[in-house]
Amino acid sequence: MKAPRRIIGLGLALGLASARPAAGGDLKDLFFGEALYHALQGQFFDALQRLDTELAMHRGLDQPELDALHYHVNDAEFSVGDFELNYRMHHRAGRAIKAVLEGAVDEAVRNEAAFRLARIHFQKDQLDDALHALERVRGRVPEAIKDDVEFLRANVYMATGRPGDAVKVLTPLRSDASLAGFTAYNLGIALLQDGHTQEAIEQLDKAGRMPTGDRAGLAIRDKSNLVLGTILFEGGNFDRAKQSLDRVRLEGPFSNQALLRAGWAEASAKQFDRALVPWNILAQREPTDAAVQEAMLAVPHAYADLNLHGRAAITYGKALELFTGQIGKVDASLRSIREGQFLKALIREESRQDADWVITLRSLPDAPETYYLMELMASHDFQTALQNYLDLEDLRSRLVTWKGSLDAFDDMIRLRKDHYDPLLPEVDAQFRDLDARMRLRLEQRKHLADRLQIILTAPRPEFLATADEQIAAERIAFIEKQVGDSDSPESFSLRQRAARLRGALTWRQETEYHERLTTAHVHLKELNTEIEALTQQYESFVRTRQAATHSYVGYDPQIKRLREQVSGALPRVDDLMARQGRLIETVAINQLESRRERLVKQQTEARYGVADSYDRAARLQSSAGEEGR
Amino acid sequence: MARCNRIANTRAITHGGTFTRMVARKCARVRCEPVVSSARACAFALVLCLGSVHALAQQNSRQQMRGLDEQVQEIKSDVLSISAELSQLEEKLLYPSGTQVAIFIALAKGDQMRLDAVRLQVDGQLVAHHIYSFKELEALKKGGVQRIYVGNVATGSHQLEVIVDGKLEGGADFSRTERFTFRKEVKPKLVELTLAGPRSGNTPIALGEF
Repeated sequence: MKAPRRIIGLGLALGLASARPAAGGDLKDLFFGEALYHALQGQFFDALQRLDTELAMHRGLDQPELDALHYHVNDAEFSVGDFELNYRMHHRAGRAIKAVLEGAVDEAVRNEAAFRLARIHFQKDQLDDALHALERVRGRVPEAIKDDVEFLRANVYMATGRPGDAVKVLTPLRSDASLAGFTAYNLGIALLQDGHTQEAIEQLDKAGRMPTGDRAGLAIRDKSNLVLGTILFEGGNFDRAKQSLDRVRLEGPFSNQALLRAGWAEASAKQFDRALVPWNILAQREPTDAAVQEAMLAVPHAYADLNLHGRAAITYGKALELFTGQIGKVDASLRSIREGQFLKALIREESRQDADWVITLRSLPDAPETYYLMELMASHDFQTALQNYLDLEDLRSRLVTWKGSLDAFDDMIRLRKDHYDPLLPEVDAQFRDLDARMRLRLEQRKHLADRLQIILTAPRPEFLATADEQIAAERIAFIEKQVGDSDSPESFSLRQRAARLRGALTWRQETEYHERLTTAHVHLKELNTEIEALTQQYESFVRTRQAATHSYVGYDPQIKRLREQVSGALPRVDDLMARQGRLIETVAINQLESRRERLVKQQTEARYGVADSYDRAARLQSSAGEEGR
Repeated sequence: MARCNRIANTRAITHGGTFTRMVARKCARVRCEPVVSSARACAFALVLCLGSVHALAQQNSRQQMRGLDEQVQEIKSDVLSISAELSQLEEKLLYPSGTQVAIFIALAKGDQMRLDAVRLQVDGQLVAHHIYSFKELEALKKGGVQRIYVGNVATGSHQLEVIVDGKLEGGADFSRTERFTFRKEVKPKLVELTLAGPRSGNTPIALGEF
């Protein structure tokens, strides 16, 4: 039971990204499986709605141990927290996890809950609470989260200004491949923050050489090399800085920064011709990137240092052209955002389908407002704001659909009422008639069964007389009555004949008694089958009749309440969307204005550089001419 | 010319999958912060977060964002409860328990078959035809269970025909058809179909009734 719980819970906690062993065959509760199916596709609203309902039903049962969810109830409780966390409902997630933490669960489960709670607090910047939750991790910790717990602890220490403690936690940590690069890098940073620069350099060097194959590992390795290169560069160790920067992959997310810094490392060593190599590569890249823009100025700067003022003037000219163009682009972006286009671009369908969608936004020709917002859009706060905006849009569209559904339900109920109302009185009347007849027959059957039961203990052959025999017996009795007690020979003879007839009748009933009794039982059994079928049909009718009423009676208050709730929620969602949207736009505009300011400065520098380079080139030319003369 | 030769705003990455904060801490001239590692799938997005974020550094915007975040959480909670009540109402109105039948699809544990489509016929009528997206297939492989059909049938016995199309590991097409009989009683009927590839050694289409 524990292993799948951990797998399901933790798998989901890790953004449902890591591979989770199939649990299809193990799942006993189909509705829990259905919730997982939605969660694993990132549809956390649907997942939560289903699992909440399933858990509520389970808790409401008199004997929950007979319910299929009973086998997974711990998983389900954890999963609710995970789903809520993934749906960015930290408050509820925290409450759900606290409930597990405070419940009667075993040590490993409690520790995992504490870890998750700590992570939520950490993500919400509640560092003291995060530490407090981590302090509750005691005793047996599930193997799968052991490293994660310590890693988180170290991060909390770092965030609370205790790098020394972080070093103590990270140093003995031997993480698996997925965490190793991060651990190594963080240890380097912790050492650096703790004032052990040389040890930090060696640690970052180690982190920058770690073998890895996945994207995250490669990225963190690049980051280690970039940071190390920068530290070495700033310490004046240009050669080693360059070696470290050269290890950053050319196609990675840090390559632009690395190329820029590699150029500066060469330039600082007065190797301007060598600095031009990385800078020229960089200058060919995406012109909206800050590092590329910086390289556009660094290239002519290097040419100038090499006394190639003509080339410098030309490349300054190119930079000037680029900056002017980019300022225009930023202005277009600002206009576009102010016209509301940014929000429209953000809620494109692609954003729901592709996690890396923001990365491709820049390449969309019809989304100029996004060109300069890559970094902003990749930031956590912005992502949260954006995701909230998208969630609100989703909620709004659901509420609008539900409003329509409620109208449809009203229609459906009205049509059912129109259909059933005229029919049901007649059906009920027929049913009452049939019901009375049926009850009579059931009473008769009961009577027969009782008589048979009686004669089992006290034989009564006359009870098994056939109809003819009963008529005959009655006629004999009638004759006997007519003959009376007269002593006449005729009467005597008639009485004797009647007695013989009665005797014959009795003889037959007595001699055939057992056979008749058996037959009667067989018939009663046959009747039972018919009665059973009749009862089933009766019950089926009653159910159908009830269903007919239930299909349209009693919904009005619920629909009315739901309609009020939906109508109340819609303007709230609209209001929140508007506020969230405005905030996103404001942040984006601030970001763009800051980039614009920088571009204007760079444009001025380029403009000055063009003039200066032409002057220098001209002076050089004239002095060369004078020397020639 | 100003040389911007420093790393600015390198930020924390969490193993939980998201960047969490800007920790303003300077070490020499480099702002270096711990990486809080995480899920590989989010890696690229995470890594991008290492860049500079000027505007969000403004405390005001951040506070506003957080304030809004709280309110968004509240409305989510409200809408979830509306959704739960609405789905119960929908179920009562459209699929009353006396006639309700729900059919679920699951994949056998560890099966490597690539499921393309499932068609279902109840009593000779096509009731569901689902073509699987990559995400859906992954969700099934990781243990999710899909409710492929909910409908109404009368109490008694019913014929269920299941047609599964897919691809084997080698890329070869395969198709499998199975017929089952299930009995609908008074309570809601749940039918689980567990699918497996022909090479898995499991029953290709196993029926479970609840």
